[in-house]
Amino acid sequence: MNPIDVMDLTVGEARGLLDSKRVSSVDLTRAVLDQIESVEAQTRAFVTVTKEVALKQARGADTRIAAGDVGPLTGIPMQLKDNLCTKDVATTCSSRMLEHFVPTYDATVTRHLSDAGAVLVGKGNLDEFAMGSSTESSAFFPTRNPWDLTRVPGGSSGGPATAVAAGECLFALGSDTGGSIRQPAALCGVVGLKPTYGLVSRYGLVAFASSLDQIGPLTKDVADSAIVLNAIAGHDPRDSTSIVHEVPDYTRALGGNIRGLRVGVPTEYFVEGVEPGVEEAVRTATGVFEELGARVVETSLPSSPYAMAVYYIIAPSEASANLARYDGVKYGYLARHADSMWDALEKTRQEGFGPEVKRRIMLGTYALSAGYYDAYYLKAQKVRTLIRREFDEAFKQFDVLVMPTSPSVAFKLGEKTTDPIQMYLNDIFTLPANIAGIPAISLPGGMVDGLPVGLQIMAPRLGEMTLLRAAHAYEQATHWHKMRPDMSKGGNGAMVPG
Amino acid sequence: MRLSTDEVRHIALLARVGMSDEEIEQMREEMSHILEHFDVLSQVDTEGVEPTGHSADLESVMRDDEVAASRPIEDVLANAPQLEGAFIRVRAVLE
Repeated sequence: MNPIDVMDLTVGEARGLLDSKRVSSVDLTRAVLDQIESVEAQTRAFVTVTKEVALKQARGADTRIAAGDVGPLTGIPMQLKDNLCTKDVATTCSSRMLEHFVPTYDATVTRHLSDAGAVLVGKGNLDEFAMGSSTESSAFFPTRNPWDLTRVPGGSSGGPATAVAAGECLFALGSDTGGSIRQPAALCGVVGLKPTYGLVSRYGLVAFASSLDQIGPLTKDVADSAIVLNAIAGHDPRDSTSIVHEVPDYTRALGGNIRGLRVGVPTEYFVEGVEPGVEEAVRTATGVFEELGARVVETSLPSSPYAMAVYYIIAPSEASANLARYDGVKYGYLARHADSMWDALEKTRQEGFGPEVKRRIMLGTYALSAGYYDAYYLKAQKVRTLIRREFDEAFKQFDVLVMPTSPSVAFKLGEKTTDPIQMYLNDIFTLPANIAGIPAISLPGGMVDGLPVGLQIMAPRLGEMTLLRAAHAYEQATHWHKMRPDMSKGGNGAMVPG
Repeated sequence: MRLSTDEVRHIALLARVGMSDEEIEQMREEMSHILEHFDVLSQVDTEGVEPTGHSADLESVMRDDEVAASRPIEDVLANAPQLEGAFIRVRAVLE
């Protein structure tokens, strides 16, 4: 058997190898674990590598494959972001607060994937409690971009995006509250999908902002994204916001043509602050849609400039309520050197939370406090209504909207850590989809100076089939998804597989 | 919107996050700066607009009241920092 090239291998291709018995899941899992061993010192995409669990699950998958009990993900190595609960495997949220937290139950998505026979190779690094856009606010260590190790992978799902790009798993799950799947996918040159709010159960996802959080896949290509979405979508009685909806087979969206597809390009996503290389790449991409027979028209979403303020009021407000549970009583860190109950509570939260988490708890507490509620939280919720309406109107005219995922390519470590606003601006193009609850995908859409550019596509609520059809058509007409970072050179320079 | 030191201390108390004097001062600077960026919302006319609390149009969900097994007590206690027997130990609430 030839060595398995995990840098190039997609989930779909791995399925073929496993089903034809050319490799076993144990072979494939060992190849991924070897890759982790060889590149992890550079990338640091993992908080925990679960080697023993992985090999045990791989042997189980091989037994199932031999018995013909096979699904699309049986025997496929995956990474889960470390805010998704995994029974008996630490789930830290990259926070001191949960450093030693070992869940006694699986998240619904974890259970779906384990039932499907997927193999857990480890837990992915993130910005603490998923609050950040660079993975630098992890309480443990930053993750580095496989395309250039001096740059960030984006965030907060920086570990999952890096792990997929660097061959340290074949797919990963992240969570996206304001762009935390799509922005790192863009910066690492992989595909990241944020489904419609409520399509995927949030049960067992450590809560950040409950009206915005959604779980989704990070993969090498669009077909893999559809395969993984099939495994995790669906109603869950344990999540009261989960939609009752007949889930289609998302792989049926693949391979369709997009002749006549109505594509809107909102002008507000091509403004000052967007890097020229990013704008050029996305303009070229809209040309590809035209060549494929789509009808591309410029449009306007005039409330877009308000999305950042809306998001950074609503998300911290919800976070301040959700994170009130960390009191050192039932689970998590406890400051033991305190004089009283109140002192213990304050010290536990002072020592257990990092600076960005504290900043958001403080902002949220302020926005919800007496005297300011109407001016901030209520006002933000009203503008949220206007943003939603604008999308509703736009989708009467267009099947999808196309724009950049991020205003920039990957930036240097430390470049934006001193100014919170500079960091928040990374999300301006992704957070409107969370505010409106609509699905959005980021896929490779170009290269600037050896760094990937993300192309974002948005669709109406529950419009995943159209979204994936448009994304797949674009992907198949270009070669960007075939680009891989050259890990042998320490992540400097691109490599196109021969 | 410039916050005062006392305002920041009050918010920290509401949030129950302990902070040193230096942390309070740094938080005052950063929060004031961020709040300035929120002022843009005052330009938006929201007269008569209903607030959106949730992006999904949710309805109340009813289910049958069925008897089911609870989680085992060992699971519930597994991550508690201080235990005494089958109880979670906490500090005195009344002094």
